[in-house]
Amino acid sequence: MQYLPQIGFLILAAIGIGLFTKKAGEIKRNIFLGKDEDLNDQPAKRWKNLILLALGQKKMFKNPLVAIMHLIIYAGFIIINIEVLEIVLDGILGTHRLFLPYLGSFYSFLINCFELLALGVIVVCVIFLARRNIIRLKRFMSKDLNGWARSDANYILFIEIILMSLFLTMNATDQVLQKLGADHYNTTSSFIVSSELIPIFNGMSMDALVAIERTAWWLHIIGIFAFLNYLPYSKHLHIMLAFPNAYFTRLDAPGKMKNMPAVQKEVLYAMQPEMAPADAAPPASFGAKDIFDLSWKNLLDAYSCTECGRCTSACPANSTGKLLSPRKIMMATRDRMEDVGKNINTNKEFKADGKSLLHDYISVEELRACTTCNACVEECPVSISPLDIITELRRSLIMEESNAPQEWNGTFSNIENNFAPWKFSPDDRDKWAQEMV
Amino acid sequence: MKINTMAEMMAAGEMPEVLFWVGCAGSFDQRAQKITKAFATILDKVGIKFAILGKEEACTGDPARRAGNEFLFQMMAYQNIQVLNGYGIKKIVTTCPHCFNTLKNEYPELGGNYEVIHHTTLLQELINEGRIKMKEGGEFKGKKISYHDSCYLGRANDIYEAPRKVLEALDAELVEMKRCRTNGLCCGAGGAQMFKEDEPGDTRINMDRADEALATGASFIAAACPFCNTMMTDGVKNREKESEVGVLDVAEMIAASMQ
Repeated sequence: MQYLPQIGFLILAAIGIGLFTKKAGEIKRNIFLGKDEDLNDQPAKRWKNLILLALGQKKMFKNPLVAIMHLIIYAGFIIINIEVLEIVLDGILGTHRLFLPYLGSFYSFLINCFELLALGVIVVCVIFLARRNIIRLKRFMSKDLNGWARSDANYILFIEIILMSLFLTMNATDQVLQKLGADHYNTTSSFIVSSELIPIFNGMSMDALVAIERTAWWLHIIGIFAFLNYLPYSKHLHIMLAFPNAYFTRLDAPGKMKNMPAVQKEVLYAMQPEMAPADAAPPASFGAKDIFDLSWKNLLDAYSCTECGRCTSACPANSTGKLLSPRKIMMATRDRMEDVGKNINTNKEFKADGKSLLHDYISVEELRACTTCNACVEECPVSISPLDIITELRRSLIMEESNAPQEWNGTFSNIENNFAPWKFSPDDRDKWAQEMV
Repeated sequence: MKINTMAEMMAAGEMPEVLFWVGCAGSFDQRAQKITKAFATILDKVGIKFAILGKEEACTGDPARRAGNEFLFQMMAYQNIQVLNGYGIKKIVTTCPHCFNTLKNEYPELGGNYEVIHHTTLLQELINEGRIKMKEGGEFKGKKISYHDSCYLGRANDIYEAPRKVLEALDAELVEMKRCRTNGLCCGAGGAQMFKEDEPGDTRINMDRADEALATGASFIAAACPFCNTMMTDGVKNREKESEVGVLDVAEMIAASMQ
């Protein structure tokens, strides 16, 4: 019987980690539904981006106050995981505060750090909830977030508050139990935050205290495993994917559009037919109609998006009332990937569902509103490029569907025939120069 | 002043120091032609030997590529690269950030490798080297000027300081708009928007940007892109401020103020 909690813990851990691994595998599979793109050049620059943008959260510091608050949650999340290591080992070995005898007074120092962070996390989560629900920041009120996305953001903050409260409750009751000399509750020095909670528990029976302490301990670790499995369905996935996303971010000048070697070759063969190999086959399709036509990095971008809406706030089209929202482009791409993923899970392979990213998830009107100004790319704290997806979809619209506004068709024909987007005679191109003589 | 074409230079057995890529706006748009002329005047005054392609220049393909028409872009790039490589061009200066971006970033992998600089960078170099000297008490001295960042110069190519450094030489007071540098608000022309009507919305982007510029209280809005220039000019006109606030290219300001 005495091994029951340990067995229970191991089952819990196995289920928690097992389910997460399965879902993570599906996400990886979905990302690699995208086209190959080699993004392994210049590793030094890439590591620098990872350290500055993901680890250092450089772009967040455009607004230092928010950056510091976000950093507290982030540090809380990372550092408190060291404590989770002890919790996991205690769970497996049936020990209590395993590290205490080895670390001595340093142990209390560590727990005090965790507790201060936990308190910080609670405070910041409350502020962040207020920003979303009371102050109602514009970018959080956008219709992009209607439904699941808005609830998701609130759930995460609530879960964090609950997890941190459980951690503090566990430590507070632990200290009361130490004073009462309960078995197994090894003496630590007083903890900086949870000691303030002791008055709540004073006077309770030892059994009640043990029950509360154990419940908090179990709920805390169950919560962590639950949260781990919640991540893949949530915008919170960015805590993991921000790192690879920063590493694999494009290193070219942001103004450079991805070349299409297939089209380059087609044009070359048209201009110099002698260059064309006898078996030159025309490319199958141009641009991106669905997620399969995008690069895997575009798809990683979509899973890394934390739906903060900085891109959309900075988007000139969006701020002047156009339908385009770069954040929605990313969310739509992820939605499509999830739908395709479910399709694959059911049918073993993707069975055409009569839908595509273009048209069914992202409309022509949205794509047409983009000025390619790069504001969304510049803003993104986790190195996402909504612009890349927009231009790839535009390519499909024009080259696959000949779907262009009439003015653009005129522009194209002017460029082709008069070598300028306007209908001027090419002979007048240097008229200004003649006027200077 | 005689502006030489590459064809003329080659015929005379000469090579220019730099090719001036004028761009479609600079060649055909009446307003932008003034920018072209101002910049050519500066080059001439400081004694830089330059040439244009003249009738052999064609659209870089930027608007076609951004609209999604890669075929047309590749055709234009092919033609232009043939011409540029045919003349053995090494260095290009352009007054248009869109041409600049395409020539600098997109032509190399298509076989067009040149040193490409934007005219604001060249102007800054010429000022630093003392080759451009300002008149005493020029027309912009002490005036408030607000510089509008072009997306294709700024965010696209990380050029924020050169145009500002050039404007500082005017002895004017530079005032920044609420959104500037990396946060700069687009004028609304990029991505081939210049060539079509806006999608349905509440307002036009250039109106928002013109309002931001007007809010600085500047007497002049400085641009470094012919398309931004058009958009800002339209915005200012729409607010009926054209008699109080001028929209000028950095090159025009220098041409009017140099000795």
